[in-house]
Amino acid sequence: MADPMQHSHHAAPAGDGALAALRARTPEVIAPGHTFESVTDSISHIVLTKRTPIGWFIGFAFAFLLLMLLNVTVAKLLMEGIGIWGNNVPVGWAFDIINFVWWIGIGHAGTLISAILLLFRQQWRTSINRFAEAMTLFAVACAAMFPLLHTGRPWLAVYWLFPYPNSMGLWPQFRSPLIWDVFAVSTYGTVSALFWFTGLVPDMATLRDRAESKVAKKIFGAAALGWRGSARHWHRYEMAYLLLAGISTPLVLSVHSVVSFDFAVSVLPGWHATIFPPYFVAGAIYSGFAMVMTLAIPLRSVYGLDGFITMRHIHNMTKVMLVTGMIVAYGYFNEAFFSWYAGNEYEGYMMLNRMEGPYAVFYWSLIAINAVMIQLFWFRSVRDNIALLFVLSLLVNVGMWLERFVIIVTSLHRDFLPSSWDIYMPTRWDFAMFAGTMGLFLSLFFLFIRFLPAIAIFEMRTITPEAKLKHHG
Amino acid sequence: MSQIFQRSANTLSKVSLFGVLALVGGLVLLAMVLGRSSYVTRANEYIEQPVQFSHLHHVLDDGIDCRYCHTSVETSAFAGIPPTKTCMNCHSQLFTNAPILEPVRASFRDDTPLHWVRVHDLPDFVYFNHSIHVKKGMGCETCHGRVDQMPLMSQQRSLQMEWCLDCHRNPEKYVRPRNAITTMGYVPAEPQAVLGPKLVKEYGIRGNTSCSTCHR
Repeated sequence: MADPMQHSHHAAPAGDGALAALRARTPEVIAPGHTFESVTDSISHIVLTKRTPIGWFIGFAFAFLLLMLLNVTVAKLLMEGIGIWGNNVPVGWAFDIINFVWWIGIGHAGTLISAILLLFRQQWRTSINRFAEAMTLFAVACAAMFPLLHTGRPWLAVYWLFPYPNSMGLWPQFRSPLIWDVFAVSTYGTVSALFWFTGLVPDMATLRDRAESKVAKKIFGAAALGWRGSARHWHRYEMAYLLLAGISTPLVLSVHSVVSFDFAVSVLPGWHATIFPPYFVAGAIYSGFAMVMTLAIPLRSVYGLDGFITMRHIHNMTKVMLVTGMIVAYGYFNEAFFSWYAGNEYEGYMMLNRMEGPYAVFYWSLIAINAVMIQLFWFRSVRDNIALLFVLSLLVNVGMWLERFVIIVTSLHRDFLPSSWDIYMPTRWDFAMFAGTMGLFLSLFFLFIRFLPAIAIFEMRTITPEAKLKHHG
Repeated sequence: MSQIFQRSANTLSKVSLFGVLALVGGLVLLAMVLGRSSYVTRANEYIEQPVQFSHLHHVLDDGIDCRYCHTSVETSAFAGIPPTKTCMNCHSQLFTNAPILEPVRASFRDDTPLHWVRVHDLPDFVYFNHSIHVKKGMGCETCHGRVDQMPLMSQQRSLQMEWCLDCHRNPEKYVRPRNAITTMGYVPAEPQAVLGPKLVKEYGIRGNTSCSTCHR
């Protein structure tokens, strides 16, 4: 391995010392002592073992219960229509789009980790990319439920969403960001699924070879697509994976930009802002890393994976959250500044209403979380405190949900015409649907942990000390 | 270690790649085709009527103008179904004993209307007005087909929205002179490509395609 310290002879010795001290303080991306075999054993064991930890059953039961709640809610919705939700004029958009944006945003960390960190050769992505990508897929699935179901009768709404030669001679409104959204999200879902599956292929072959039951062999074998690990296979795999990373990279920025256009392209105070695309993208990555953290912390402790998901990962994720959180906080500042600087009475009132109106408590909570609380991440003692980080990451998820709530509801409930002002209250079905999608997300995630390798086995092997041996000769 | 899969798995996996695409594409295509078939649109279907009224006989053999029976077509949304009295104008003199006309005579005797069944039934969420179409030079034949050749009435066109919009978007393809509205087997005196745009201009046809033109 090329050590940068060997080439830094022109740097001051004091700098060398500081660098060395920094390196000494930085935890490794994999716990010392791991070999090829120990990596493969410990990760594949989670999938291939016949014993499922009791914690898994408890967690899955809870998630499944929420999933059943989703079933009931969707059935009720399809029978009675979207009137069971609380949104109505003037707040025509509420939980459906809040939750959609929230879920889509969460997915972004997966894509960032898998694509951008791969292209930047960040080794620490290796142990978290697999389950972060899975998280992306499941989050997109949850997100997609909302736009589909808010149509009330989705089977009649296909022509609103997809351009196809229907018998009405109608095409969707291509000038509307809502149709851009359909393309952005479906592209995102497709590319994420391909990327995830491609990365799984070599591990599927490992599981095929190590599985004992015939059925497991067949299933993993089919998913391995005949992988034998030949040099040609690896060459093609690396090429395909790099290409997919290249395709995914712009998606990290484009998907949430397009989602933000749903608002920014309208002319409503509080929505019509040019800061929206970058501010939404940063918020998406911020909330996504919070969700990765929320999932990683229990995962590593329940399955004893702290040798793979080390403090290095926790530290780095915290730092990404700090950076993106600060960008989001800048977005809040920017919104407030421009509502004053623009000198427009509607913009001004919108901001005042956010800060002092009926939903002010939500606004100040999100400021407290996303602008003030994250300053804790500056401190190493906080970054080292796993239990605290778990709580903080949950709070970040709450904060980002509140952000969408505030943007959507406060802008809609008091618009230009005071006679149309109203207060929005979600119904129990709004909450049931939101909780239900969490059930879907968690159920899928529990199944994923049990039946697929949650950490990329072959990629982890490349960062063991064994892989760094050089053959001289 | 023994092989998990047979040799055929190689072929199967390759075929399935295209098979899945073909299956999905085929299903979409099938939905497109079925959705436009007469099975769905109910075009070309004969509908049981109280009397087997022949448009062929009345229009072609007798040369009766459409408006003799469908009196309100030029002035109202509804073209009008004639009352039994209109039938009796002739049939009090002609075929007075024909068994096929017994329901007509019974209707006249008892003063109860015949229950004709609507053949061209648009959905209730569509607003359609005959008079404006007739005034703007849309011939009966354009939508109803060669009624003079139908022993029994049937819907000829799909009546689907894309069919309506085809004309609303390109009225010059279908417009005809007002004096040829009820003509069956109409042939334009000069090429339609010349006559059409001229008539569109003359009649001031806007081919309105705003949603609320039809969905009010």
